[in-house]
Amino acid sequence: MTGIELHGVSVALDGRPVLRDLDLIVPGGSRVALIGPNGSGKTTLLRTVAGLLPHRGQVRIGDAPPGSLSRRELARRIALVPQTPAVPAGMTVGDYALLGRTPYIPYLATETRRDLEIVARVLDHLDLGAFAGRRLDSLSGGERQRAVLARALAQQAPVLLLDEPTTGLDVGHQQQVLELVDTLRRDLDLTVVSAMHDLTLAGQFADQLVLLDGGRVAAAGPARQVLTERVIARHYAASVRVLEDPGGGIVVVPVRGSGGLKPSPPVDTATGKQVSA
Amino acid sequence: MIVAPARLRAGPLLVACAGLAGAALLAVLVGPVRLDPGAVLAELAGRLPLVHTTSGLSQQEAAILWELRLPRVVLGGLVGAMLAVAGVAYQGVFRNPLADPYLLGAAAGAGLGATLAIAYGPETSGWPVDLLPLAAFAGAVGGVAAAYALGRSSGTRTATALILSGVAVAAFLTAIQTYVQQRESETLREVYGWILGRLTTAGWREVALMAPYAVVGAVVILLHRRLLDVLAVGDDEASSLGLRAARVRLVVVVAATLATAAAVAVSGLIGFVGIVVPHTVRLLVGTSHRLLAPLSLVAGAAFLILADLAARTVTAPAELPIGVVTAFVGAPFFALVLRTTRRVP
Repeated sequence: MTGIELHGVSVALDGRPVLRDLDLIVPGGSRVALIGPNGSGKTTLLRTVAGLLPHRGQVRIGDAPPGSLSRRELARRIALVPQTPAVPAGMTVGDYALLGRTPYIPYLATETRRDLEIVARVLDHLDLGAFAGRRLDSLSGGERQRAVLARALAQQAPVLLLDEPTTGLDVGHQQQVLELVDTLRRDLDLTVVSAMHDLTLAGQFADQLVLLDGGRVAAAGPARQVLTERVIARHYAASVRVLEDPGGGIVVVPVRGSGGLKPSPPVDTATGKQVSA
Repeated sequence: MIVAPARLRAGPLLVACAGLAGAALLAVLVGPVRLDPGAVLAELAGRLPLVHTTSGLSQQEAAILWELRLPRVVLGGLVGAMLAVAGVAYQGVFRNPLADPYLLGAAAGAGLGATLAIAYGPETSGWPVDLLPLAAFAGAVGGVAAAYALGRSSGTRTATALILSGVAVAAFLTAIQTYVQQRESETLREVYGWILGRLTTAGWREVALMAPYAVVGAVVILLHRRLLDVLAVGDDEASSLGLRAARVRLVVVVAATLATAAAVAVSGLIGFVGIVVPHTVRLLVGTSHRLLAPLSLVAGAAFLILADLAARTVTAPAELPIGVVTAFVGAPFFALVLRTTRRVP
């Protein structure tokens, strides 16, 4: 199983620092949820791990020395499901999933029988077998998300990065997608890192929560430790109740008005310092 | 379960090739002097190795076939094929169905090169190659190179930056061209005729001039047809799939530019082919570049051969500019395909 280690990673976008001297260790086979307010650096962190952004510091994937992996080698180790994947009009689900084999197909060659078999197996695994010939733009939101997962799984990468995998899905499909990812993780021994907005779901579907704020790790640990009313109020400027779920786990519920906790002063994104009123 | 990727099957390709052969034969037969189909086929077969036939064509008819009609048909086919496949390439790398081969300043560059050659060029009757096609070719390549350099200097290597650079370069080059035209107004008619496109000067020399670039450009684009499908998900996702998106785009743009420049050099600015042919093919067989690139190549050749046939016969003995024909015939045809097909590109 392949883990991820970040040491002193800093990333600037258009000259604006987004990640600051960030350290993070994701053990192989674990499931980690990245949480944090909008603009806290979740997507940037995922893209940096996927090798899509220039950065300072070290990003180590498995046992490969940092910076030693080519673009293709990286794509064989890390599959990234973006928040809003492009949906090429007219492309079929089968062709789309086949794109996941790109890092294995030589530059000007075409796919082999083995590539097609792998894609067929992945589609069957995701109950998309009957959809192979369907056009991507004719699918519902839930079906499309499974198609995107199929493309990622076709990469046969040991690390799966998901950026808000439940965006735009209803509550039932949110659960289905996350259950599916969890099943796949166990079946395929994957390391899964997901950026998530829904804190309850994050608590339910991750062993470790990593709370980002202002490009730094503000808190990390099991859900009970990170998801407290005080921490959420401070970093999200939100009033919530954290309730015990009789079935185990915790539930984060937003409440209106005086939650009794004052939100923290806003943080200046350029300096990382709190702005005084 | 079996996953069947969008691959080129023999059926559609055979249909397209049969259409091309039919168009070419028709274009060879029809003209002021009508040639007998059987005799022409026998004459053509007679040039094949190990085949010995006598066609029955007179010496004059054979000269019309070999020196006038055939080079014009071959050149028209090459130009149409290149404009169509370059259109597919540009639309693929820029993920924009409205991109055409002239997008990045190729047309404006070629226009300026041709105008300069017509206005200030020396007498070249003794030269082995005319100055005009060379100037147009250099202008087209120079225009795209300038757009690329400008796009990269902006810091971002995105497709949008490149397209905007193309717009800026095209506007600048067209301004110079207009200035030269105004100063040398006696050349206006010749420049205008060139801009509308023509195959009137077609000969084997033009075919030989264009063929190497056409072959290299087309082969490179066809080899990249699978990767054009990967680029359809955008630079970022293509990169996360292990593809160096900017590099692939550069290679494909260079190939498409060579093909376009070669076509423009021998035929002027023939519009519409690079958009209408790929779109029609897309409506018929879907959006995968694996089918789109080879089928557009063949369909583009057939389309331009027929357009040229119309250009030289409709108002005979006068000739229409071929660019007028491609737009006049192509636009309604495109509208018809759009109306009768449910698949949306």
